[in-house]
Amino acid sequence: MSHLLSALIILPLVGVAALLMVRGESDSAKNNVRWIALFATLITFIVSIVAWGRFDPSSSAFQLVEEGEWLSETIRFKLGVDGFSMPFILLTTFLMPFCIVASWVSVEKRLKEYMIAFLVLEALMIGVFSALDLVLFYLFFEAGLIPMFLIIGIWGGKRRIYASFKFFLYTLLGSLLMLVAIMAMFWTAGTTDIPSLLAFKFPSGMQTWLWLAFFASFAVKMPMWPVHTWLPDAHVEAPTAGSVILAAILLKMGGYGFIRFSIPMFPEASLYFAPFVFALSVVAIVYTSLVALMQEDIKKLIAYSSVAHMGFVTMGLFTLTSQGIQGAMFQMVSHGIVSGALVLAVGVVYDRMHTREISAYGGLVHRMPLFAIAFMVFTMANVGLPGTSGFVGEFLTLLGAFRANTWVAFVATTGVVLSAAYALWLYARVVFGTLDKPSLMTIKDLSAREIGLLAPLLILTIYFGIKPGPVLDVFAAPTEALLKTTQMAFDAAHLALALQ
Amino acid sequence: MSSATVTLAQFAPALPEILLAAGALALVLIGAFRGEKSFGLINTLAFLLLALVGVLIATQDAVTVSAFNGAFISDSFGRFMKIAVLIGSAVTLMISGDYLKATGSQQFEFPILVALSTLGMLLMISAGDLIALYLGLELSSLALYVVASFNRDSVKSTEAGLKYFVLGALSSGMLLYGASLVYGMTGSVSFSGIASVLKDGTSLGVIFGLVFILAGLAFKISAVPFHMWTPDVYEGAPTPVTAFFAAAPKIAAMALLVRVVEQAFPHITGQWQQIIVFIAIASMGLGAFAAIGQQNIKRLLAYSSIGHVGFALVGLSAGTAGGVEGVAIYMAIYLVTTLGTFGCVLAMRREGGYVEDIDDLAGLSKTHPIMAFILAMLMFSLAGIPPLAGFFAKWYVFVAAVEAKLYALAVIGVVTSVVGAYYCLRIVKIMYFDEAKAPFLPMSAAIRLVVGVSGVFVLAFWLYPAPLVTRAVAAAQSLF
Repeated sequence: MSHLLSALIILPLVGVAALLMVRGESDSAKNNVRWIALFATLITFIVSIVAWGRFDPSSSAFQLVEEGEWLSETIRFKLGVDGFSMPFILLTTFLMPFCIVASWVSVEKRLKEYMIAFLVLEALMIGVFSALDLVLFYLFFEAGLIPMFLIIGIWGGKRRIYASFKFFLYTLLGSLLMLVAIMAMFWTAGTTDIPSLLAFKFPSGMQTWLWLAFFASFAVKMPMWPVHTWLPDAHVEAPTAGSVILAAILLKMGGYGFIRFSIPMFPEASLYFAPFVFALSVVAIVYTSLVALMQEDIKKLIAYSSVAHMGFVTMGLFTLTSQGIQGAMFQMVSHGIVSGALVLAVGVVYDRMHTREISAYGGLVHRMPLFAIAFMVFTMANVGLPGTSGFVGEFLTLLGAFRANTWVAFVATTGVVLSAAYALWLYARVVFGTLDKPSLMTIKDLSAREIGLLAPLLILTIYFGIKPGPVLDVFAAPTEALLKTTQMAFDAAHLALALQ
Repeated sequence: MSSATVTLAQFAPALPEILLAAGALALVLIGAFRGEKSFGLINTLAFLLLALVGVLIATQDAVTVSAFNGAFISDSFGRFMKIAVLIGSAVTLMISGDYLKATGSQQFEFPILVALSTLGMLLMISAGDLIALYLGLELSSLALYVVASFNRDSVKSTEAGLKYFVLGALSSGMLLYGASLVYGMTGSVSFSGIASVLKDGTSLGVIFGLVFILAGLAFKISAVPFHMWTPDVYEGAPTPVTAFFAAAPKIAAMALLVRVVEQAFPHITGQWQQIIVFIAIASMGLGAFAAIGQQNIKRLLAYSSIGHVGFALVGLSAGTAGGVEGVAIYMAIYLVTTLGTFGCVLAMRREGGYVEDIDDLAGLSKTHPIMAFILAMLMFSLAGIPPLAGFFAKWYVFVAAVEAKLYALAVIGVVTSVVGAYYCLRIVKIMYFDEAKAPFLPMSAAIRLVVGVSGVFVLAFWLYPAPLVTRAVAAAQSLF
């Protein structure tokens, strides 16, 4: 039995233990804190690469499985990964060092607690994606609320308290309904072991209720229209690194939940509710894109654009086609990188100007050419320009949607146009134009640290856009297995109908 | 066994209780001879006595035996709950010294009253018939009335004691009335006798009696709609006494309630189940909503304790062994969290004396980072956020309710726990997001120990839940 996954969960916590040893508020102590946190996240990333090396993407089975005693004989401590969860673990461990570096100078207040909160959050997120027991999954899923609540509340902006409460209570309500569903599943299937539950067939009537309860949790997390309103608040108020984690990883937990639980465990209900999800997704894509057009705060605009992009993900997932599901997975990975990068880019100018008002900027290209290039690539990826990673996911989900429902695909495509409108308009207002604002006259271009921060993300964005094959191959095997089980469930349901 | 020959061996199951009774009386003598200044000595001795009784109970054989012709039952369930009560009482004695000294009510009667009240609780938990139930309940309550008004010079404390006494007497009356109805209808006072009569059907009189008994017990666990005394008494009583109220008597009364419904009325589960379901929903709802507006932390914890009783009753309402297991785990985790929280409340002391406003905690994370962190974790645990212990407490009671197909109850329960999360978050917010106030005086070593241990328990429970869970399973099995 390999212990790589538990090592991945424990390593950030070892970093926390090391941070607790650091005493004092002096500059050297603060530097120690920064380096320890960076070191811990880098080691975790390296170990996750090792885990990736041991991972066989051609198999749809759970790998690197480890198991131990926990609550009872049927509720065990079980970890493992497959092609759906491994990319998210890599995404988490990959982005974490960026979050630490992004906070290098911008966070001064209670630096040690800040780094501890991030490392705890990293351990919990890896736990979410590697848990193979439903109760264990729930534990990690909801425990993440505590560090995120503190990150928004302590290091956030002006309306941080309102945003942190809203974030916490919104997501808590959604997940508690899922908890009741988990209990009902436990008594029906007699286990909370995820592989066993994937093989278990729940009665059709029960599937409907369980699906709705899980939906309540994941739709809030995703977030889907109309329960998305916590995201713009939380996103705007959180510190830069907190927003990166929020946009890049926490939102993906909703999509991961759909693909890991809702679709394979309740296939009949998923088919039944697919039009409902399509409707919500399409509204999210069009409506939040329109809302994004009107935003005056850069981060809020990115938050609304995230909701629109997550609309493509839910739409793709519930087409229940291989293009749709692979596209949705790709979209999530790509959005993780692109939205993280966009937030970091906004952080760059925020650190200089301490405002996120779009109207406070203009003509940055004259003084910040490097920034203008990086921001352009990420903006284009956000729009979904071919050649960037954003294109592949949107294209595949739309392809899947065309097979499932032409009208859905038609309306969703208008969202692509709208996203070009708000993203390019934002870019034009911030970067182009004349540099006539006195406060901007002395603004400096990217520092070496910031180049180091944005360059890897920029390379990945373009690389995944040109060569999406290797990434898509990772999802191929589990997608195929998923579609096989759902197809079997549909056939059985149709047969039962025919026999009646 | 013939009732004519009484041998000493027959008393063996009750040996720890007998020892506690004798020990408490001996302490009275020591106090009387050594005079007013013997508080420290008596407090230590009482603590040791409770610890000794706890060890004796913990080492009893894991079998169900009875004494005094079935009036006293010693089983795994009783042992589990008794240990919890003894921990509550012993910790109360540990953390009360400073407070009583500062408020000038450091009299040696305090530890003795706590010990006597604990004796009553142990007898309650072991009660096998209605008479033993009443005797145990009154023994514990009478001592509690006195300690509630222990701070004689404080109007609030005296008022708390009086209120508690009047309402407590009323509830005892109701309980007694119910007990007499049940006896009249079934012709038996022992729980097993009542159960065997009810096997062949029930009558209106028995149900009337059951309702009155439940009302009396609901008062003791401060469940809605018999909770009115709780906020006033919690606020008015000296803080260590409040900690004691929130921990020990509540667990004892809950254990008694479980035993009465499961052993005397198992055949009319449908009758009491709907009452318990209603009480549970009402308590969870009121506890969550009423706590939101509170400014005084003791009052807030009073409402919070009402809510938690509601959650524990969710487990009981399932009417299964799994439900009782949930109640046992819930009360054990609630005990540790409550003691830790009151440890923090007792640490809220500035030069001018003790403070009780929630706003006095402002910026605690800067002035006392460790205390703030532990209190935050205790609050998240009360809200039931994983991976803290409070989540598992809720898991076990709700999983039992779902097993019994009480889906509506489970959904209402989780919705109220979101409301309840709000007041827990508010305390965290005040400690972490608000500007710092003047620091508190340093904590005493005893309080530091209690707060530290409860913090570690709440944080680390999820790593190794087996010891508590297996004992709770055994405890629940012994009732069925």
